[in-house]
Amino acid sequence: MATVATDSVLFETLLRLGDDSLVLGQRLGEWCGHAPSVEVDLSLANMGLDLIGQATHFLNAAGAAEGKGRDGDALAFHRDVLDFRNCWLVEQPNGDFAQTMARQFLFSTWQELLFRNLEGSADETIAAIAAKAVKEVRYHAELSAEWVIRLGDGTGESRRRMEEGLEWHWRFVPELFEMDAVATEAAARGVGVDAGLFREDYDRRIRDVLAEATLEAPKDQRPILGGRRGHHSEHLGHLLAVMQFLPRTYPDATW
Amino acid sequence: MVEAIDTEALWQVLESVPDPEIPVVSVVDLGIVRAVTPELVTITPTYTGCPATQVIERDIREALDAAGFREVAIETVLSPPWTTDWISEAGKARLEDYGIAPPSAALTATCPQCGSTDTEELSRFGSTPCKAQWRCRACLEPFDRFKCH
Repeated sequence: MATVATDSVLFETLLRLGDDSLVLGQRLGEWCGHAPSVEVDLSLANMGLDLIGQATHFLNAAGAAEGKGRDGDALAFHRDVLDFRNCWLVEQPNGDFAQTMARQFLFSTWQELLFRNLEGSADETIAAIAAKAVKEVRYHAELSAEWVIRLGDGTGESRRRMEEGLEWHWRFVPELFEMDAVATEAAARGVGVDAGLFREDYDRRIRDVLAEATLEAPKDQRPILGGRRGHHSEHLGHLLAVMQFLPRTYPDATW
Repeated sequence: MVEAIDTEALWQVLESVPDPEIPVVSVVDLGIVRAVTPELVTITPTYTGCPATQVIERDIREALDAAGFREVAIETVLSPPWTTDWISEAGKARLEDYGIAPPSAALTATCPQCGSTDTEELSRFGSTPCKAQWRCRACLEPFDRFKCH
């Protein structure tokens, strides 16, 4: 197994955490003004804000760990797609509202369990961000679970759409629990966490909500991995093109 | 000789800085100000992604400068995380007078208009990330409720 330099493990760990939040925050922002009702519009935008707040903290800390003078903005706006370390789940297109909620449910349930564990991280910054954000993420998990239930146990059409949304995202779940060299080293140092520790808890929570929604879990598919190493779907490049356009075109622009 | 800065005077300045989104409460009422020493004001954000955080820091800076405390620095800390328990009793009373149900552990909110507890949640998210949208079944008025967390 390849050995990883000490400081790069912390940098990579922070990038993974920050990029997950940043990319999903940007995706949710795409709904602004397009959601089915004003209440839902506010929910999606506010969840996006929470995630971008997390990303700001994680990426600023990543820049400090890297020690090359890059801050959170430099990492968010001046990296290209191959340098992003987010999982595939968060970069998936919004699709319809059911697909967006299926993605949120699968991600936020995982992120809540992850942050609960990271509250005890040996890295003080990670521990502080996790402790602060976990309360917000619990809200995201609850809200998306309510929509999975409402749409799954709703009309024929809402049910079909929720089934399709879950079917689309199901193959990206195994990546959330992948323990590669960086994740293993981070867990060994107490900075990160062994995601296997909360896999059962995750599966049980997903299963319980699907049961309440009267839905069957999709069949397991071939897992898609690689986001943590910079291999992404075609969708991420388009997302970055929109997100990064302004600071790249007008580098000194301020509000 | 440089005169020692009185922290009491600093607290008075900070109590005059309103929250940008809920101007009836000050940054001190909300529990955003953690500690004050003659050299340093320590603040903490309410929500991770609260867009008011930067405005609050700027407003505090301007208020300190205007009162002649240019040399007092501002530091932001995340830990221990802010919770609604940091809001003062006076702050909670001002929120209620303003028409926002203050945070409480109770399952149902008390309507800030008529005082009824026959209320229901309309939406998890209200006009800002820190508030949920509720409705009173007695007087039929909608209202914001500060989320308890």
